[in-house]
Amino acid sequence: MKKSDFLKGLIHGIPIALGYLSVSFGFGITAVKSGLTVLESTLISLTNLTSAGQAAGVDIIASGGTLLEMVLVQLTINIRYALMALSLSQKLDKSFTFPHRMAAAYGITDEIFGVCAAQTEPLRPAYMYGMIFIATLGWISGTFLGASAGQLLPAAVSAALGIVLYGMFLALIIPPAKKQKSVLCVILTAALLSILCKYLFPQISGGFAVILCAVSASVVGALAFPREEESA
Amino acid sequence: MSTAVYILVMAGVTYLIRVIPFGFFRKKITSKFLRSFLYYIPYAVLSAMTIPAIFYSTDSIVTAAAGTLTALVLAFLEQPLIIVALAASAAAFLTGLFL
Repeated sequence: MKKSDFLKGLIHGIPIALGYLSVSFGFGITAVKSGLTVLESTLISLTNLTSAGQAAGVDIIASGGTLLEMVLVQLTINIRYALMALSLSQKLDKSFTFPHRMAAAYGITDEIFGVCAAQTEPLRPAYMYGMIFIATLGWISGTFLGASAGQLLPAAVSAALGIVLYGMFLALIIPPAKKQKSVLCVILTAALLSILCKYLFPQISGGFAVILCAVSASVVGALAFPREEESA
Repeated sequence: MSTAVYILVMAGVTYLIRVIPFGFFRKKITSKFLRSFLYYIPYAVLSAMTIPAIFYSTDSIVTAAAGTLTALVLAFLEQPLIIVALAASAAAFLTGLFL
């Protein structure tokens, strides 16, 4: 393992870590509000390292959902990582042996993928480890702080922090929707279906409603706007 | 059911999604429909998760709406994730002071 590679990854990962720190603070607060302990919340962040999937997972735990629901929800929400992993697997250095792939797969997130995919040279394990290390540190410590100190915050502050993750979700979907009519169409379809589910069919549990809405909207998108080129 | 079981399942599924393509898969998906579908899925998921839940994410629908509006504007202006997320929260907090 080259030390300079690790350091380079670490430095590239600092902005990611800072972003994760504040977002996971909000996750920690939400998780504790949903009835999880500080340890459980932190453990979820350590083992999952993903924002949307964790938020949905906590909803399922809080509502006492089934394990099947958990599997399907995680699969639906996190399937994008499979595409990112696929894309990154094409540009790995020869030193990226199977054990390294097994280890680094843990850290494939939207942001880490984004930075790694933007590198011009082949990816070496140490580089990814450096980035994953610092990003995970931010994600875990933010969760821990939010979960443990969240209750110490004034109620008004902790209530306002509940919106942090959703704010980040909007920041992820709005810019591409601006540039691509297809993405805008998919987003609006999904939002409309989600509103219908919530108010007309409240008996459908939150997790399944997300799957139903997302799959339907994506089928609509794939039929109406089939993609010619894969940009990722 | 024990929370530990949920966490184990969550973590297991999430890791498998990452490790199977990263460690094993080499071929490219050729179906145009499937590729398009997979491309749109993350956006659809995030949208369905956010709307209408974002309006119930603070203690009042008014503060949540203020935060949502702020996030929409800043996201439209393509500000960094962290700025959008924190500004939404700040807007919700500030609005709450006037209620």
